[in-house]
Amino acid sequence: MIEAKNVNFYYGDFHALKNINMKMERNTVTAFIGPSGCGKSTFLRLFNRMNDLIEGTRLTGECLIDGQNIYDKSVSVVELRKQVGMVFQKPNPFPKSIFENVAYGLRVNGMKNKKEIEEIVERSLRQAALWDEVKDKLKKSAFDLSGGQQQRLCIARALAVSPTVLLMDEPASALDPISTSKIEDLIYALKKEYTIVIVTHNMQQASRVSDNTGFFMLGELVEFSETKKMFLNPDKEQTQNYITGRFG
Amino acid sequence: MEQSKENEFSLQLKASGYRLRTRMTQQVAFWTIRLLGFVVVGILVWIQGFIIVNGAGVLSWDFLTQAPTEGMTSGGIFPAIVGTLCLVVGSMVFAFPLGVMAGIYMNEYTKDHWTVRLIRVVTNNLSGIPSIVFGLFGMALFVNTLGFGDSIIAGSLTLGLLVLPIVIRTTEEALKAVPDSYRSGSVALGASKLQTIFRVILPSAFPNIITGLILAIGRVSGETAPILFTAVAYFLPKLPTSIFDQVMALPYHLYVIATSGTDIEASRPIAYGTALVLIIIVLAMNLLASFIRKRVSRKQR
Ligand SMILES: Nc1ncnc2c1ncn2[C@@H]1O[C@H](COP(=O)(O)OP(=O)(O)OP(=O)(O)O)[C@@H](O)[C@H]1O
Ligand SMILES: [Mg+2]
Repeated sequence: MIEAKNVNFYYGDFHALKNINMKMERNTVTAFIGPSGCGKSTFLRLFNRMNDLIEGTRLTGECLIDGQNIYDKSVSVVELRKQVGMVFQKPNPFPKSIFENVAYGLRVNGMKNKKEIEEIVERSLRQAALWDEVKDKLKKSAFDLSGGQQQRLCIARALAVSPTVLLMDEPASALDPISTSKIEDLIYALKKEYTIVIVTHNMQQASRVSDNTGFFMLGELVEFSETKKMFLNPDKEQTQNYITGRFG
Repeated sequence: MEQSKENEFSLQLKASGYRLRTRMTQQVAFWTIRLLGFVVVGILVWIQGFIIVNGAGVLSWDFLTQAPTEGMTSGGIFPAIVGTLCLVVGSMVFAFPLGVMAGIYMNEYTKDHWTVRLIRVVTNNLSGIPSIVFGLFGMALFVNTLGFGDSIIAGSLTLGLLVLPIVIRTTEEALKAVPDSYRSGSVALGASKLQTIFRVILPSAFPNIITGLILAIGRVSGETAPILFTAVAYFLPKLPTSIFDQVMALPYHLYVIATSGTDIEASRPIAYGTALVLIIIVLAMNLLASFIRKRVSRKQR
């Protein structure tokens, strides 16, 4: 279970997230929607501490995963990031072979056994629905793949280290409808084993893949509820306006 | 209808006086630039051609593998070739790891910190200092204070210092060219910073870092002043056996036989031959390095 308690986040003087409270259950898909610049990515990056890489940022409040504050001094960021995988908006494979891209997370975590690595690479590529397309060219560069394939490769790469949570920041924004629907199917299938949080600008996508949806605006969480309710009968007028496209 | 439209069109195509003038200016500028380009290339070809024509005659297996004889008016330049190679390798062993590490520190660890700005200012200044000053510094520190004497190691360290700024600069530029998405992608998989640098960033920056190495090698193999007081000998009958031995070196040998040999006129062909060998060595190293670079970058694409 993921939980945010009174979270405030600052880029220097800029107050990017304002007092956010949210609970995400295990094995659910949560979607974040909201206008550009409202803080969805910032909030998402809190949960694998990627914001730590940006200088001059400050956090107050608590981010908990299974009851443990992930910003506690005793928490190892490296261990956390193994548990909480991330897929970025733009596919970002490494300049390595397809195989090595997926094996990367295993290798940096000290796995040496060749057989084991091969097994996990295959399993991850199957999970990401990419195996059949690449099984004959694992040694080829990842850059030879199409954008949609690269994104699924990045998903496979994240799955290989067996995370429990998967954060996805607009994973399908650079993709065509077919690749997009493949990724949506994938999210649906992965839900059984992972807790998934996805940022999207696509309302249909949010309503198709997610169980719960959070609507952000100007750094505030305006509304957070079951996706069905959110899209049929939201509590707030702002939400209604945004979803129906009457956003000013 | 069609007709009149066409007329309108052709009317517009007729250039006004202003257009004609700009076109002329453009032509003049274009030809000036082209001419200057030809001049530059021409001078280069001329110099190289001059050396090749004059030096090719003395090039032979014996010239490359024999020591100078008869007061350096005949015989080969083998000891000088060996000496230059020793100095090149020695200086790279020193400057390459150090420069690359400095570049990593500056780009990966402390981006806009004052220490980085300081290092940058210092290295920029360092690269503006005349090489003879490096020679004197090397003599004071390595030869005298540290007591290495005139030796391969003293010369290598001096040359290394000379090219350190080049290596640092190119490493820094190479690392800057690596997209941040590689860094965040790697870190997000639970890789540490060091793992990210060694497994993703350096491999992808490597082809560009090699460029720094090429430039450095080219510079080192041609420099005379830094080794003048730190490493080279006028004439040595035998090859070096340790890094504390003196050596002969191609650029210095060239200088010696061209200006102060026992018989300058008689050793003229040998001077040209030496220059040619020096050029060939630099060229060969460049080709080798760019070959490595191409192979590595092909593997990555
Ligand atoms: N590295 C940064 N430094 C300073 N301000 C930042 C930084 N990243 C984001 N911000 C600011 O924080 C706010 C939230 O940004 P964020 O990227 O979280 O928005 P978003 O909801 O993901 O938008 P989008 O839908 O366009 O991706 C924006 O106003 C942005 O300008
Ligand atoms: Mg975003």
